[in-house]
Amino acid sequence: MNPTAPRQLPNGPGAAAILAAGIGCATLGVFDLASDASPAIGRAFVFWQPTGTLSGVTVCAIVVWLLAWLVLSRRWAERNVNLTGVTLVAFSLLAVGLAFTFPPFMDLLQGK
Amino acid sequence: MEISVRDLITVLHGMGFGTLFMMAFSGAIGVIYVTAFVGIQPVASRWTTLMFRFYLISMAALAWLTVLSGAYIIYPWYRAKPPAGTTDLSGFPRSLLLSNPHTAGWHNLGMEWKENVAWFAPIVMTMVAFVFIKYGPQIALHRQLRNAVLGFTAVAFLAAAIAGGFGAFLNKYAPVRGGHEIILFQAD
Repeated sequence: MNPTAPRQLPNGPGAAAILAAGIGCATLGVFDLASDASPAIGRAFVFWQPTGTLSGVTVCAIVVWLLAWLVLSRRWAERNVNLTGVTLVAFSLLAVGLAFTFPPFMDLLQGK
Repeated sequence: MEISVRDLITVLHGMGFGTLFMMAFSGAIGVIYVTAFVGIQPVASRWTTLMFRFYLISMAALAWLTVLSGAYIIYPWYRAKPPAGTTDLSGFPRSLLLSNPHTAGWHNLGMEWKENVAWFAPIVMTMVAFVFIKYGPQIALHRQLRNAVLGFTAVAFLAAAIAGGFGAFLNKYAPVRGGHEIILFQAD
């Protein structure tokens, strides 16, 4: 074994970043759908009037993404995780985010 | 030759940050491919790695600049409500599109989708830049990690393409105009 060779990093930090990105995108989709479906939630997401609900939806989704990344990266900092499972969940969350931001699908879910 | 402030900022948002970000994608795929599949050559590793890091960080920064300028500068101009009794809606792009059933879809589908899906690009590119910087050439040893990063990069490209494509059409049917005029060139 070569003592000068760099230590192989565990996949945990990378997995945490990937899963957190999936969580962030899905959260954005869910918040977008919620703000569209419920006028009360829509009003609650108006953080800055000129931008309307988009301000709250995006700020909240970014906060959730960064919090998820922080928590996951701390838990998985030195670990090797099951990347197949993590990737599968991350891409599923990404698909949820894409679907929930697509207006015709949102209308379908709301019966419009 | 004149241009309004709103026109100029819209051009900066779409053609400056957005298009530059889209054009950088082929380079990003190349950077990830070279590092993950070929492996950086030891002789050039330090310089090459620094340049690759700078490239991906710049892409993430461009993506953030695009969505932030879009959401917090241009979108308020786009969605401004016209005063009661306004007949000329050219200064109110959202209302102008919704006033005609033939153009309403550009708002109801185009803008409604674009304003949200665009945010996927900076989130994903920040993740891609982080993973690349964290692992560097070692990403070649993590096959699933590099595949996931490439997959997410493709989705970020798709999100940016949706946002950019609809943005171009929206600006064609209902351009965001107004503000002070800036004289770019004074003819004799």
